[in-house]
Amino acid sequence: MSTVTAQNIGGGNRAEAWTGEPISVGSDKPFYIALGILGGVYIVLILGMLAADIIKAMTESESVWQTLGQEEIHYSIKLSLLSCTVTTILSLWVAIPIGYLMSRHDFPGKHFIDALLDIPIVLPPLVIGLSLLILFNLPLGVEKARLMGTDGREIIEYWKLDDLIPTAYTKGAVVLSQFMVACAFAVRTMRVTFDQINPRREQVALTLGCTRAQAFWHVVLPEARRGVLTAATLAWARSMGEFGPILIFAGATRMKTEVLPTTVFLEMSTGNLAAALAVSLLMVFASVVVLVLMRIWGRSNGLTGPRIA
Amino acid sequence: MIAVENLSVAAGAFRLDGVSFEIPAGRYGVLMGKTGCGKTTILETICGLKPAAGGTIRLMGDDVTGAKPAERNIGFVPQDGALFMTMSVRENVGFALQVRGWKRDRIAARVEELAELLAVTHLLDRMPTGLSGGEQQRVALGRALACHPGILCLDEPLSALDDDTRKTMIGLLKDVQRKTGVTALHITHNRVEAEQLADTFIRIEDGKLAVLPAPRTNGNAKGNG
Repeated sequence: MSTVTAQNIGGGNRAEAWTGEPISVGSDKPFYIALGILGGVYIVLILGMLAADIIKAMTESESVWQTLGQEEIHYSIKLSLLSCTVTTILSLWVAIPIGYLMSRHDFPGKHFIDALLDIPIVLPPLVIGLSLLILFNLPLGVEKARLMGTDGREIIEYWKLDDLIPTAYTKGAVVLSQFMVACAFAVRTMRVTFDQINPRREQVALTLGCTRAQAFWHVVLPEARRGVLTAATLAWARSMGEFGPILIFAGATRMKTEVLPTTVFLEMSTGNLAAALAVSLLMVFASVVVLVLMRIWGRSNGLTGPRIA
Repeated sequence: MIAVENLSVAAGAFRLDGVSFEIPAGRYGVLMGKTGCGKTTILETICGLKPAAGGTIRLMGDDVTGAKPAERNIGFVPQDGALFMTMSVRENVGFALQVRGWKRDRIAARVEELAELLAVTHLLDRMPTGLSGGEQQRVALGRALACHPGILCLDEPLSALDDDTRKTMIGLLKDVQRKTGVTALHITHNRVEAEQLADTFIRIEDGKLAVLPAPRTNGNAKGNG
């Protein structure tokens, strides 16, 4: 009986199945040691970075505390928290519909739009800032005024987007710069979230008398709660660290468009390492708090969506 | 009654034409065929979840070929139950009534009534997570029957159940159909299940549809005939 089974499993004839030499199987230890070393280097680096920040801050605690007391820093903290929150809300408003449409419906040009949505993720952030600046200053072709140049020639001034919606070098520019990048991450997250929710449930809801909107509101969205939280976390964390596009499109004006990364940049450029460190630690603290909160909220059962951690 | 005439259904590259059959009111129809033969697509088209590529669908006398799923008065029980995971069993069963704006006490009474019929009263305050396969199907059945549909569509509702649970569920389905007088269309690839339930027996083979006389092992299912 056992011979028959062995033959079936091996798929070969009887002689082949039983003439194999016994092999000595080596230890699995080297494999796991190698994995441990390769992964461990990265883990140690993360911990080392954080530890170094904290040690340095402790040795220079006086100037760190002094920095945190400054009015400019308070402004920067407030603007950062506010702009990140606004960006996160805006990102969700856009990412949930796009993610749902992309997950559930086929339409002409879908592949093109899918690729387009990844552009903010792969573009260098500086380029996004520059592109925004150019977009808002592009002449729209409608004449605004005719001026006489110093050489006597007439100069035609055209309306541009920034005249209609004054944005460049304002707080609006801070939010828009953050939004352009953060939203792309939120869209990806929501798309994956809706992909993971079985469309059968909303179909059942439709047969039970729901309109599409009711099925979405009562059935799909509650099940996507964890995905929404993850998208919000990603968008918030991403905007908290955004710097390149803000520098170009919103500028780095103290008490106006200064957010925490801008502060680090400004303090470093004047050689004030302790102040840059103080602000950096603030951002580390904020990120850890957000990460922990999201992990706690996301742990409830019955929620679908990728975990951030 | 479910009357399908010369229906064409399509899903991706798959297409099935000339689907015609009729299940008289209050009878139990079983649609059988191999995996991938288009059974589920036919059911989805009848439910209005997929547009018909041709032909007509009449439910209880009305032409519903182009109607929205919500307008067809159908109870749909999918394969895995597809319960709403963020709602309790009670909310699941009462969902259709809530959508219709029923008063709270009227919903509660109807949910209790169904829970008793399906023997799930003890589960009403549980969440769907952690229910057994049989329990999930009972809840899905209750949810589908809540607002007195004329038609009940079941997509392989028993395929994921163990033999004992399946036997109990077959008994329950017959009982429920007799008590409610609903016209049922049940999809399966299990012959025993089909023989025990069917009044009308439809088979898809090689892209062709055959309506066969009901296997006569099914003695008592014509209660409302």
